[in-house]
Amino acid sequence: MTHLVPLYVILPLATAFLIPVIGRMVKGFQKTLFSAVLLFLTVLTFYILFSGVDQPVAYKIGGWEPVAGVPIAIYLVMDGLSALVLLIISLIGFLAGFYAISYIKRYTAENNFYALLALMIAGMNGVVLTGDMFNLYVFLEIAVIASYALVAFGIERTELEASFKYQVLGGVASLLILLGVAMLYWKTQTLNMAHISQVLAQSENNAFLTFTQILLISGFGLKAAMIPFHAWLPDAHSSAPAPISAMLSGVLIKAVGVYALLRLFFNMFAIDFQISLVITAIGTLSMVIGVLLAIGQWDLKRLLAYHSISQMGYVVIGVGMGMILLVEGGDRSVASLAIAGGLFHLINHAVFKGLLFLNAGAIEHVTGTRNLKMMGGLFKTLPVTSTTSLGASLSISGIPPFNGFFSKLIIIVAAIQGEFYLLAALAVVVSIITLASFMKFQRYAFFDQPKFSKKIREVPFTMRFSMIVLVILCLGLSLLIFPGVREIILSPAVDVLMETTNYATTTLTGM
Amino acid sequence: MIIYFMCFILFLVGLYGMVTRRNLIKIVISFTIMEFSIFLFFALIGYIDQGYAPILSQNVPEQATFVDPLPQAMVLTAIVIGLATSAMLLAIAIRLYKKYGTFNIRKINNLRG
Amino acid sequence: MKGLTPIVKKIAQLMCGMIFIYGIYIVVHGHLTPGGAFAGGIILAGAFILLILAFGSEVIKLRKEESGSSVSESLSLLVTLILASTGLLIGSKVFFKNFLPPGQIGQLVSAGAIPLYNILIGIEVAAAIITIFLALIIFKEEEEQR
Repeated sequence: MTHLVPLYVILPLATAFLIPVIGRMVKGFQKTLFSAVLLFLTVLTFYILFSGVDQPVAYKIGGWEPVAGVPIAIYLVMDGLSALVLLIISLIGFLAGFYAISYIKRYTAENNFYALLALMIAGMNGVVLTGDMFNLYVFLEIAVIASYALVAFGIERTELEASFKYQVLGGVASLLILLGVAMLYWKTQTLNMAHISQVLAQSENNAFLTFTQILLISGFGLKAAMIPFHAWLPDAHSSAPAPISAMLSGVLIKAVGVYALLRLFFNMFAIDFQISLVITAIGTLSMVIGVLLAIGQWDLKRLLAYHSISQMGYVVIGVGMGMILLVEGGDRSVASLAIAGGLFHLINHAVFKGLLFLNAGAIEHVTGTRNLKMMGGLFKTLPVTSTTSLGASLSISGIPPFNGFFSKLIIIVAAIQGEFYLLAALAVVVSIITLASFMKFQRYAFFDQPKFSKKIREVPFTMRFSMIVLVILCLGLSLLIFPGVREIILSPAVDVLMETTNYATTTLTGM
Repeated sequence: MIIYFMCFILFLVGLYGMVTRRNLIKIVISFTIMEFSIFLFFALIGYIDQGYAPILSQNVPEQATFVDPLPQAMVLTAIVIGLATSAMLLAIAIRLYKKYGTFNIRKINNLRG
Repeated sequence: MKGLTPIVKKIAQLMCGMIFIYGIYIVVHGHLTPGGAFAGGIILAGAFILLILAFGSEVIKLRKEESGSSVSESLSLLVTLILASTGLLIGSKVFFKNFLPPGQIGQLVSAGAIPLYNILIGIEVAAAIITIFLALIIFKEEEEQR
């Protein structure tokens, strides 16, 4: 299994560079190759998950063995958390790419679209797998530069403006991360995350380290669009083409934002009470303010984008509560429950938000508008789109038996057991506001009086296929609350975050 | 020590420019200034007083101290990435100029709220 | 795009060969001296850009060149990936394995596969810079034609 790990970077990169060469000669090459590669990666991730990822597997690029106990190679580390995020990336990537086969016909440069999408996926896979700080920065830049170009893909006024805004803020975030990497290298004289963790464990905590942590929190917080840093997200996510919105909202902010935060602050830095408070606080702020900002939106994709901020808040408070409990030496089972809830919501959010953005794209595809006030009565003409979006809306608002209900329930139960009563109450209130907001979406888009004189037909097959698969996943992921399924997919990832120092020791000594 | 703070001041200069300027091109330039302040900081981290350039050759004495080559390699990589970012920003800025006929960011405000 | 005056044209003609050879020198000595693929690639691209600026060109021709340069960019990266995966496919199953013999320190042909990577990345950087330059020029030309 070890030698399969670099395939996650090689295959999407090769796809991205093959498409411009062969794609202009062979018709339909780009779609076939992209879908095949992503399907293969999805299957590969399932294979890895089912064959067990209890211990981190470290893959040394170039075959450089450690010299005197100091790692000199760039490590690719595959463990439960990486495998979980890789699964999300490949799955949503495949479905978004498949959806785009019909959707992207309205633009001219299909080759560029698929090449950039493959490049973005290569970058995200790299971010998730790498065990090296600077390599993390490089892969992160690959992913976000591709996403800048994809946001501006329509080259109309709003797209370009959103992309410029996104680039300036994303660029500042990258610079903060780079400065953080520089500080870490200055302090520890190494770049390997596992080795940094061991070096930091021997030195005492001081202001220098706190400054580095603040830099990294702000950098990755900007990438994850947590609330004080959220300004770019609604513009960028609503202006991009629909499959890209699904990728950005469903995957990119998780892979380069939340995943990196979790990896660094659980496994690299020693977990710290103040940092865990900060993380929980920005999670709470995102959860509450995101949903409040979403209420007044009439642009469908902007509404969904603000809900992304709010739902990512759930993920972050789940994990943040677990972190607080771990630091304070509270009940470990409650901490485990909170982290499991957060990670469960991470998967669920990728699925239902991806689906909602694909629905929005389908509606825009047939009606040509994103304004909720201009829609209405689409239920009869778009049966597949409206049914799937009803499923996703119920899921995001936390109605049983959809997956969103269970992950929110786990987070709220963990909050009550861990005596975070305020957070539990806020989570319930935010969930109710979310429900109201999505009731508005359903009513205005599908159940109101029809406002269209022109004839509307249901979207093509590939778009329907992706939406139906995702709505089945919305229901199917509820199975994750059963122990047998959870132990395969969710528990390895929770263990990675619970056993905070295990990552460093097994990466350096094992395999 | 003062030289490290100079890098930080350069960073703040770039940040000031980015926040206060209205011209898209000037924003890009300020961004590049910020970027290069960090590259400078990176190069300073690896610097060792009286160190030799990290190249194998006959002219270096046996017991010589070399400056740390790793930050230099990282700066080169970061410069390549910076090139890509700047090219992307400038391309978008030129496209924006074509659509709006101005570089003034106050007049480019379709997106609100 | 119009060309410049005959003096500029003549000097550009004389200079660009030398710049080109200097770029190649920097690229192939990447593993021995400071410089390497990125710096050399930029110099290589500079030679082409000098020629295009001095002599001028039609938009159609520029389009053709842009598609050519973007293909060669992708191709050189593909070959790099194949070279890197060779180690993965054959024998040791290690990505980016330097499987060629290291040779003697200081020789031009040494350090295993690193000079090959240097040459490929040099081509890639040159092609990428030319592509960016041509894309911006084509954009401007189209603007003026309207």
